[in-house]
Amino acid sequence: MRAASVAAGLEPIFTARGVRKVYEMGEVTVEALRGVDFDLFEGEFVVLLGPSGSGKSTLLNILGGLDVPTSGEVLYRDHDLTVADDAALTIYRRDHVGFVFQFYNLIPSLTALENVALVTDIVAHPMRPEEALALVGLGHRLDHFPAQLSGGEQQRVAIARAIAKRPEVLLCDEPTGSLDISTGVLVLEALERVNRELGTATAVITHNAAIAAMADRVVRLADGRVAGVQANTRKATARELQW
Amino acid sequence: MVTLARLRLLDRKLLRDLWAMKGQALAIAAVIAAGVTMYVTYLSNFDSLQRTRAAYYAEARFADVFASLTRAPAWLAGRIAAIPGVAAVDTRVVADVTLTVAGMTEPAVGRLISIPDRGAPGLNSVHLRRGRWIDPARPDEVLASERFCEAHGLAPGDAVSAVINGRYRRLTIVGVALSPEYVYAIRPGEIFPDARRFGVFWMNRAALGAAFNMEGAFNDVAAALGPGASEPAVVAELDRLLAPYGGRGAIPRSLQPSAWTLENELAQLQLFGFLVPAIFFGVAAFVLHVALTRALALQRAQIAAMKALGYATRTLAWHYIKWALVIAAAGAVAGVAAGAWLGAWFITIYNEFFRFPVLSYRLSGGVAAQAVAGSLTVAALGAVAAVRRAVRVPPAEAMRPEAPARYRRSLLERLSARLRPSLATRMVLRNLERQPGRALISTVGIAFAVAVLFVGLAFIDVMDALINEQFTRVMRQDATVAFVEPRAARAIYDVRHLPGVLDAEPLRTVPVRLRAGARARTLALTGLPDGAHLNRVVDRRGRAVPLPPQGLVLSEMLGVRLGVAPGDELQVEILEGRRPTRRVPVAMLVDDTLGLQAHMRLDELGRLLGEGDAISAVALTLDPARRDRFYDEVKVMPVVAGVELREATLQNFRETLAEHMNLSIFINVIFAAIIAFGVVYNSARVSLSERSRELASLRVLGFTRAEISLILLGELAVLTLAALPLGALIGELFGELIIAAFSNEIYRLSFVAEPATIAWSWLIVSAAAAVSGLLVRRRLDHLDLVAVLKTQE
Repeated sequence: MRAASVAAGLEPIFTARGVRKVYEMGEVTVEALRGVDFDLFEGEFVVLLGPSGSGKSTLLNILGGLDVPTSGEVLYRDHDLTVADDAALTIYRRDHVGFVFQFYNLIPSLTALENVALVTDIVAHPMRPEEALALVGLGHRLDHFPAQLSGGEQQRVAIARAIAKRPEVLLCDEPTGSLDISTGVLVLEALERVNRELGTATAVITHNAAIAAMADRVVRLADGRVAGVQANTRKATARELQW
Repeated sequence: MVTLARLRLLDRKLLRDLWAMKGQALAIAAVIAAGVTMYVTYLSNFDSLQRTRAAYYAEARFADVFASLTRAPAWLAGRIAAIPGVAAVDTRVVADVTLTVAGMTEPAVGRLISIPDRGAPGLNSVHLRRGRWIDPARPDEVLASERFCEAHGLAPGDAVSAVINGRYRRLTIVGVALSPEYVYAIRPGEIFPDARRFGVFWMNRAALGAAFNMEGAFNDVAAALGPGASEPAVVAELDRLLAPYGGRGAIPRSLQPSAWTLENELAQLQLFGFLVPAIFFGVAAFVLHVALTRALALQRAQIAAMKALGYATRTLAWHYIKWALVIAAAGAVAGVAAGAWLGAWFITIYNEFFRFPVLSYRLSGGVAAQAVAGSLTVAALGAVAAVRRAVRVPPAEAMRPEAPARYRRSLLERLSARLRPSLATRMVLRNLERQPGRALISTVGIAFAVAVLFVGLAFIDVMDALINEQFTRVMRQDATVAFVEPRAARAIYDVRHLPGVLDAEPLRTVPVRLRAGARARTLALTGLPDGAHLNRVVDRRGRAVPLPPQGLVLSEMLGVRLGVAPGDELQVEILEGRRPTRRVPVAMLVDDTLGLQAHMRLDELGRLLGEGDAISAVALTLDPARRDRFYDEVKVMPVVAGVELREATLQNFRETLAEHMNLSIFINVIFAAIIAFGVVYNSARVSLSERSRELASLRVLGFTRAEISLILLGELAVLTLAALPLGALIGELFGELIIAAFSNEIYRLSFVAEPATIAWSWLIVSAAAAVSGLLVRRRLDHLDLVAVLKTQE
């Protein structure tokens, strides 16, 4: 299916080859990634599926410039992320990557609008914060503080915050991990819409297999290795998901 | 780890938790250590001086009552010894003379005291430090006081010259000595001791008696009292006996100049030993409370888990209080060690002013134990409130994360919709406003740091103001020439004709006892001419107070001591000449700076004495170019008892006492700076631990280190800025408090602070804040972006 994507004329955004990550934890050495190959193409929606400890978060952190691999090659377009220093990674995150976290990580002292503005203030060609919030269906709750929003709403603010800078890639770590199904679906719909309307390449980490149905491709990770890659011939909509 | 394994589980947790917050623990321990150091330093010195004093007074048979007189026959000693309550009597000849010392142009004052031709004095033993005792056969041999010898580099075998009863004589120093009467050797009428210009000499009774026509007579007496004797009764009886012989009023030991100064100094040490550490301890408790509250908030889940496992609330509370106790104990131990070291050093400085045969430093177990107990108590108090709140939470509730913080728009934004501060500013403002209590506590903590620094530094201003007032407002003369005996007013012309004299002003001092009912004070009453411009009465605000034509002008402190107010009458017993007793109204009380002073108009004083226009001294200004010639001539004038020089007094003050005071001020400032740093660093660490998750999120979103530092440090900056004026205010209060407590019969200082002092304390605290900020900033660089996102607090 890599061939299929290339055939469709799509450029890879990420190209990772032989990525290993070893954590030295005191006297114990933990090998989180044991030689992973991974690609993410333009406009693609990929779900990284795996149990906890499979290495999926480590891979996402490396792609997002939060961590560097012990060995292997990670290219963002033609930039080698493995040789970038902290300042370069910061700029990389600022300009190209949108993050969505399991626990939203909103700034509690800022309103929904301001949380989004936090990002639009520091990048070159952002969308208006109101526009980003409208895209996730929160155009009516601009002036609410995080404490005044439900979990699902908070996560949608986080998505708006991530996409407002028009990133090339959206990295989501268990975005529905702390939500029930109905609010989880609302969040996934927002991600789906962003992917469809803005064409933002999206990688979603989850251990929830049901979410895999809405991906273009599903990459299964187990024990620090890629256990299998599967392309969905038909993408389910978020509303169709059941878990 | 072997020792760790033996500890109980909770104690192991305690040590590891403390290790994890070692920076903060160290900062708090340093604040406590600073307080303990001050406490131990001051109080161990107090303790050492007090012990030494008691031992020396007893060993040297320091007398209980002292009196000087004009001349009494030797047989009167028997009558004095017969006064009920008197156990021992020692009569002697004491005379002040003008000295000429090689290498010193200006004249010095020598006090000659007779010692028996054979054997030691019965009271007030002279301790021979070096050299030998006087040879009874050689009338020109003397023992000299140690400080005077040191000041001039004199050793046994050297000589000084003195004008004795109008004749120039050479005195050979054969020994260096100490006396309990001159532990603190100060010239009569001076405020600060001047070792160069005041020496005590012990001379053979026969030789001194011959020189002053005191053969078979005495002019000074000291008496020791038996157990249960009434001091006031003995004083009164002695006065009655001595009155026909020109008695100048007996004084009890407590008013003997050296004993009085020593007592005042000790009282001050004891006061400082409590007051300064009390302030430091208060600050430490405060900081500990803030730090622990925050540390415990981070332990919420652990507390809940332990409770769920069955740990009793009481056990957990004790566990967390132990945090505070361990920190305090570490601070206290360091403080006791530093205090012992500093105390031993301080005592060598006291040795400069107070001369005992042995002044050894001793840190008593009591002082150390008090310091440790005090710091543990303070730490426990600081911790209790924080711990109680934390362990009260029910386990199930504590397991859940704390409810998300509620925020609202800050006051600034609500007040004006047009004000659109940056998002970072908004975060800072809303954070401060969401927890105004915490912001206030941090601000007050930093303000305390400003306050202690401010007070420490302001004492330099206080001393400057004292010097300024004393030497430029009160004493405007360059020199004061005192006569051996009161002289007619025209004596001023003799002085005016000395070389270099530009201006001269007469004054008359006379020993008096002021009595109001049962209260009495013996002191010098000074008469000044109308419109005096050299020697003036000046109040604490620096305003010259013109003397009213009639009545007494007293220091306010003296008014308080005697219990009199303007309009009241005092009985004035003149202790000189014909010794009349008069009733004189108090015209006014002056809120002045120094000592217990009594003034009145010169002409009015003359009328009171019934002696017309006599003067006893002349204040004068000198032409600097002809000063040495003036000294040369005045030194050999037989009628002159002594010359007091402003320049020399000022220089002496600057060199000795001021140096000593500046040293303790410097040490205060160092400790204040430690506090400032401890408080500010703690505030910064607390906000870092509260905000690390938020800041890490921002880093993930692409914010640079500089940008997130700005948000964190912005908050610290706002708190620090708010603390600056508040600190100056608190400092002013502390200063007033300390000065009020500091006031005694020697000084009544005013708390003054120059704007520069405020600026300096602000600058130092801002610098401490900046350094803390930088240290915390380094921690920001090591924020674990991944870990902080995974866990929810």
